[in-house]
Amino acid sequence: MASDIKRVKGDVLLEIKNLVIDGKSDDEWKPIIRGIDLTLKRGEVLGLIGESGAGKSTLGLAGMGYARPGCRITSGTINFDGIDLVAASEETRRGLWGSRIAYVAQSAAASFNPAHHIIDQTIETAVGHNIMTREKAEADARDLYKRLQLPNPDTIGLRFPHQVSGGQLQRAMTAMAMSCRPDLIIFDEPTTALDVTTQVEVLAAMRNIVEQFNTAAIYITHDLAVVAQMAHRIMVLRYGNLVEEAPTREMLKQPTQEYTKSLWAVRKLQKPETTSDDIILNIDGVDATYGGGTSKVLDNVTVKIPRGTTVAVVGESGSGKSTLARAITGLLPPSKGTISFNGKALPAALANRDRDTLRRIQMIYQSADTALNPRQTVRDIIGRPLEFYLGLKGAANDRRVVQLLENIELNESYIDRYPGEMSGGQKQRISIARALAAEPELIICDEVTSALDQIVQEEILQLLMKLQKETNVTYLFITHDIATVRAISDEIVVMHRGKVVQQGLKSKVLNPPYPAYTELLLSSVPQMDPDWLTGLLAKRSAKV
Amino acid sequence: MHPVLKTVLQRLGLGVLTLFAVSIIIFSSLQMLPGGYAQNILGQGATPETVKNFNHELGLDRPAYVRYVEWIGNAVQGDFGNSYSGTTGTIKRSVSAIIAPRLYNTFFLAAMAAVVAVPLSLLLGVLAALYRNSWYDRIVNSITLTTIAMPEFFIAYLLMFFFAVKHRWFYSLSTVSESTSFWEHVNRATLPALTMTLVIIAHMMRMTRASIINLLASPYIEMAQLKGVSKSQVILRHALPNAWAPIATVIAFNLAYLVVGVVVVEVVYVYPGIGQMMVDAVSSRDMPVVQACALIFAATYILLNLLADIVSITTNPRLLHPK
Ligand SMILES: Nc1ncnc2c1ncn2[C@@H]1O[C@H](COP(=O)(O)OP(=O)(O)O)[C@@H](O)[C@H]1O
Ligand SMILES: [Mg+2]
Repeated sequence: MASDIKRVKGDVLLEIKNLVIDGKSDDEWKPIIRGIDLTLKRGEVLGLIGESGAGKSTLGLAGMGYARPGCRITSGTINFDGIDLVAASEETRRGLWGSRIAYVAQSAAASFNPAHHIIDQTIETAVGHNIMTREKAEADARDLYKRLQLPNPDTIGLRFPHQVSGGQLQRAMTAMAMSCRPDLIIFDEPTTALDVTTQVEVLAAMRNIVEQFNTAAIYITHDLAVVAQMAHRIMVLRYGNLVEEAPTREMLKQPTQEYTKSLWAVRKLQKPETTSDDIILNIDGVDATYGGGTSKVLDNVTVKIPRGTTVAVVGESGSGKSTLARAITGLLPPSKGTISFNGKALPAALANRDRDTLRRIQMIYQSADTALNPRQTVRDIIGRPLEFYLGLKGAANDRRVVQLLENIELNESYIDRYPGEMSGGQKQRISIARALAAEPELIICDEVTSALDQIVQEEILQLLMKLQKETNVTYLFITHDIATVRAISDEIVVMHRGKVVQQGLKSKVLNPPYPAYTELLLSSVPQMDPDWLTGLLAKRSAKV
Repeated sequence: MHPVLKTVLQRLGLGVLTLFAVSIIIFSSLQMLPGGYAQNILGQGATPETVKNFNHELGLDRPAYVRYVEWIGNAVQGDFGNSYSGTTGTIKRSVSAIIAPRLYNTFFLAAMAAVVAVPLSLLLGVLAALYRNSWYDRIVNSITLTTIAMPEFFIAYLLMFFFAVKHRWFYSLSTVSESTSFWEHVNRATLPALTMTLVIIAHMMRMTRASIINLLASPYIEMAQLKGVSKSQVILRHALPNAWAPIATVIAFNLAYLVVGVVVVEVVYVYPGIGQMMVDAVSSRDMPVVQACALIFAATYILLNLLADIVSITTNPRLLHPK
């Protein structure tokens, strides 16, 4: 390949000038990217950061000369190593894709074809573009798997995508991107779908391999702490505009724009810790199983929840957090143990609970989109529990809906809106109001901020704290995000594989001495310090 | 046991159960038909006395459940009893002997149509997905819409007019007998087979196209494009293998139609298939023949759906290669 000869670090590899991309929404073309310049040198890693919808993916894909269906490049130039990608024929671009510019997508599980072996997909471009023979490509793929520290690198490629874990698949996708030794890789939120403990390994593997082969990369994420580990330089995007751009250390030390500062606002939120001797919910030795006892998802779980406080339950996906919520709400009766509420044993099954008990325990879910009926107005959504639990009808019901809207900082005008007419944060507020309508004593919040952007997350957390102050409601707050836990909790319950590893006050759990798993979990949370990952890896390898 | 084998065996068991349930429905609903073979054969003027004697001779005076058990018991062993017509004469004609040549003809015709229609509709469907929204796609789309909209007897007469009357390339009447040679049979069955091909091809082709296009929005398809995989390979290697389940279902549905839904085509071309025979048997109330035909139709339908299920299962890597 010609590019081998002039792989000199420091040459400009990709140059985007004054790029405008339109996207079609409601049959109208509206700008998504509004005149952005971007320069990337060989071997350089550029971080793209911003909230969802900022245009990060669109810009990243434009770096390949690709616009998603429904998007079009309206003006500007994209120059990749002397090739004008806007003017180039489809053939030319397809020749570059996979071989000289590669893409790593957010969800490896969705981006691998379920019908083919991992290794066949890894080497598809290398063989298809006649860059390597099949044997050579396979040997090389196994070598890449090894470098990316995949277990059983010689045989893992013979598995199907669904047969390996999410973190492994994400690394396999990196191997796929690397297989032709491209000049440029676009990483589009490659670790967003992973647990923190898995994320560390994947980040390390990706950073390592990009360095080894001196590959340039565009690293897209919404997590500033992650991008700090990966990128030499950071661009902050909002509404398709460039907010600011600076080398990583400079950006972290002194961001110039208000918007950039607000991106890590959640990390500043800190609720002063309180506790109480009045236990509202006592979970005692609870086991729960799915599928008629074949797999134990909760194993002897004991948790005490003091009234008027926020108890955060943290753990990786699959650790049993949501199952615990289902056991409390009666959706999944425990196979062993008792749950008592206000000192009285709760009937295990939902059907055996009286209406007043149901009223006192409410739940808010991660996705307001699935939790709210899209065909009901806010009036119906919030009015329904008012009528069901409190018997409020007609004008009295309406008055209370408006009061609740005020409580969640939305004005009266929202009463006739449908969920589809509101933003993600507003919809989550409506979910909160619906829970509040029942005047509950305990609200279980299951990952309620996980689908939201940082700034909106902070607003929702602020709102929840304000409501707690006003009504002394108790929260059981389920999350996998340690920053959120730090912000909102009084007590923390750490769960791992269905067991409670630790329960205690925030100040105790978040400070040493830690049980082993808590330490692993806490140390895996990316920090703003650009040297964090390097330091952590050094510390971990020193221990082994 | 491999989970796939287990699932397949489960489906097979379920299929047998369904067939039994259907046999009960067939039997009991035929009991409700007004009139009977006796009235039919003896005519309006028959005295109740003669009708009674006649029914006694056929064993029809026994309770229905007894007759059902006897019928199904024999049917399981491959014996569908004797046709009523002839029972009163000297030679008894077994239902199997009557049905066998007709069934052969029907399967012959179905196979002829299927051999052309299935590969052709897959090919047209894949091409339409590949060149979606092109002129090719539009033309194929409008042709198939037209054939879907036209009644099958109309297509049959149209083909007959062009290929048998105007051009005399094929026979307009498809009379065949047991002495007809294989190629002669093919020749004579060409027009009915072509008619049925036209009827089912549209449906299968559109479903193939839709199933593939449905998958094109998947992230793994975008990933394949961004790996530089060519358009045709994206369809053939990345979309098609994941589209088999819905395609197999619609193929099974149409193959079943080839066997159970051909009576109109048979009548138009005077082709001695099983459909025409069943219609005759119903109007003469020759119940053993009707029941046997209905059971064969049900079995065909269940078997083809079972095959479609098996295709869905064996093309699903999650089931085929569990963790
Ligand atoms: N295929 C598409 N067609 C039309 N609009 C799109 C398409 N993809 C994304 N958009 C719009 O473009 C904007 C930016 O999207 P995207 O680049 O995916 O943002 P990000 O990756 O930062 O979350 C959003 O408002 C989104 O609705
Ligand atoms: Mg994106």
